[in-house]
Amino acid sequence: MAHNTSESLVELRRVTFGYGERVILDDVSLSVPRGKVTALMGASGGGKTTIMRLIGGQNRAQTGQMLFDGQDVTTMDQPHLYAARRRMGMLFQFGALFADLSVFDNVAFPLREHTDLSEDMVYDIVLMKLNAVGLRGARDMMPNALSGGMARRVALARAIALDPELVMYDEPFSGIDPISVGTSAKLIRQLNDSMGLTSMFVSHEIEQTFAIADHVIILANGKVAAQGTPQEVLHSTDPLVYQYVNALSEGPVRFHYPAVTVEDDFGDVADPSSQQFGVSR
Amino acid sequence: MQRSKNDVWVGLFVLIGAVAILFLALQSANLLSLSFQSTYRISAKFENVGGLKPKAAVRSGGVVVGRVESLVFDDKSFQARVTLALESRYAFPKDSSLKILTNGLLGEQYIGIEAGAADTNLVAGDVIGATQSAVVLENLISQFLYSKAADGSGTGAEKK
Amino acid sequence: MTWYKPADVGFATRSKMADIGYAARLFFRLLVSFVPTFRRFGLVRDQMHFLGNYSLAIIAVSGLFVGFVFGLQGYYTLIRYGSSEALGLLVTLTLVRELGPVVTALLFAGRAGTSLTAEIGLMKAGEQISVMEMMAVDPIQRVLAPRFWGGVVVMPLLAAVFSATGVIGGWVVGVLMIGVDAGSFWSQIQGGVDVWQDVGNGILKSIVFGLTVTFIAVYQGFEAQATPEGVASATTRTVVVASLAVLGLDFILTAMMFTI
Repeated sequence: MAHNTSESLVELRRVTFGYGERVILDDVSLSVPRGKVTALMGASGGGKTTIMRLIGGQNRAQTGQMLFDGQDVTTMDQPHLYAARRRMGMLFQFGALFADLSVFDNVAFPLREHTDLSEDMVYDIVLMKLNAVGLRGARDMMPNALSGGMARRVALARAIALDPELVMYDEPFSGIDPISVGTSAKLIRQLNDSMGLTSMFVSHEIEQTFAIADHVIILANGKVAAQGTPQEVLHSTDPLVYQYVNALSEGPVRFHYPAVTVEDDFGDVADPSSQQFGVSR
Repeated sequence: MQRSKNDVWVGLFVLIGAVAILFLALQSANLLSLSFQSTYRISAKFENVGGLKPKAAVRSGGVVVGRVESLVFDDKSFQARVTLALESRYAFPKDSSLKILTNGLLGEQYIGIEAGAADTNLVAGDVIGATQSAVVLENLISQFLYSKAADGSGTGAEKK
Repeated sequence: MTWYKPADVGFATRSKMADIGYAARLFFRLLVSFVPTFRRFGLVRDQMHFLGNYSLAIIAVSGLFVGFVFGLQGYYTLIRYGSSEALGLLVTLTLVRELGPVVTALLFAGRAGTSLTAEIGLMKAGEQISVMEMMAVDPIQRVLAPRFWGGVVVMPLLAAVFSATGVIGGWVVGVLMIGVDAGSFWSQIQGGVDVWQDVGNGILKSIVFGLTVTFIAVYQGFEAQATPEGVASATTRTVVVASLAVLGLDFILTAMMFTI
């Protein structure tokens, strides 16, 4: 297995993916630079989480290549796919901790499944990971006793237990209080730099995202609308991107859902006799 | 585990296998009367059919050669008319006789057919005349008691 | 789907067959996982505890009650023919050949089957299955297989407990309460029940039922929609499908084993 030292750890080349007739990704090409924090943004249902699932091999692209460290994930058989997945860590939106295991056992799970390390070593590694996310004291708690933010941090500790090369975060800032948002952002940046990871996350939080990301990709209508550093994207001239980063309600994405004209629904407003309630002409 | 394109064919294969197992199970338990033999119909009249039921066996020499199709009461002759379906591969002479016999002592009843000596064979629609009705247990016992009583009074009379 | 449009009917048939095919492949995969699963016996042992120990109370008590009823009904029927000493034989044969495996399987489907389906369905809804896949751990090997084999091992044992408590229940009612002769109760059993023919076939039946019920429970959980309604309907489907399957298989197995 040749170790690719190119600039990008993950590369999508002309990838198309959809469910039945609905096309989510249409001939998309993008790359995730090694060692940097990359943010994926865009309208809901635009394909951001889909890209992460494609990288992890949970879905297969219909056309194109999904390269992880130079190898195409779409054509891998199960042993190779599992070997590739051991080099990735994924953080699901709500943590997805194993409900019947304690925090300690959750973080120890990948170590116990994939390595032959002694329990002493596992103990040390688990506590180190928990310490990195600030939850070393919560090691014996059960997942149902944790708050949303804490659960996500435990899931993060579990995701980095095997020291992966790529860590993917699915909406790490959504649904938690501002303090936890700040903590999560800090952790993503810190872990990326201290562990030499490549990080990728999906988010809608413009401020925090632009503060910690090195590279931003905005998806719209199944294509890449903008790619570049946060500054480049902020000053992009694309109307879709402009509407998105400035959070405007009117732009290429319209406020009103498509409907018949106002006259058809309400009648001619100036002439009361022409108004027929419930009848559209 | 991913869905595969071959799933439909695997499903079809499983269904066929299940039907095959069902068929084998029922066949081995003799619960299926799937005989693909062609049959010809014969009828006969009996005084008393006893416990004979439709689908009862018609045996000759112990081997099943046909089945009882139906039992009807003929109110012209006040007898039971039995229709038999005999397998076409077995031919019986025209003067064969029928008896209603019992499997074991208290078992199911079946029709025994005994071949006669005629030159021509039975064909579909023939009526067999030589029939022996079922043995009715109560008649047998009363016969026995009556004959016992007759013997007793006979010897008694002799002694006197 | 509309039942009168051929295209809809054809599509529905095809998708049902695809479901059956998928289920068959999963079943085969679970069967083949026998050796790797028992190598990590700790997981199977835990599942045997959840499925077996926690079902023991309901199985034993049900067996006792069924034995009581059998003692009563059996006595009332046999006494008409003057064969009341055959009560022990009647109760034991019926339990060991039929009621033990079947009723145990039905109770197991209701108690342990539903808990399996709900557990796996909720794991799927909480994305725990996906996260396991992303951690390169095969969820079928890690989650489904121990539960499957745990159920298969536990079922014959539970059926035996049911039959045993049933016989004791029959004894309590027949001998202690009604007054059937104790000696003939037990000696008729000794004479009439054959270990290989009756007890052995009963065990074989309960193994087949164990394979069926546990597989259906595990499959429904694995394929449940990841929503609360999805998990709920999967749970009811487990009970319905497993019960029908058990009763249908019982007929086929009895035809193969017990008729001449």
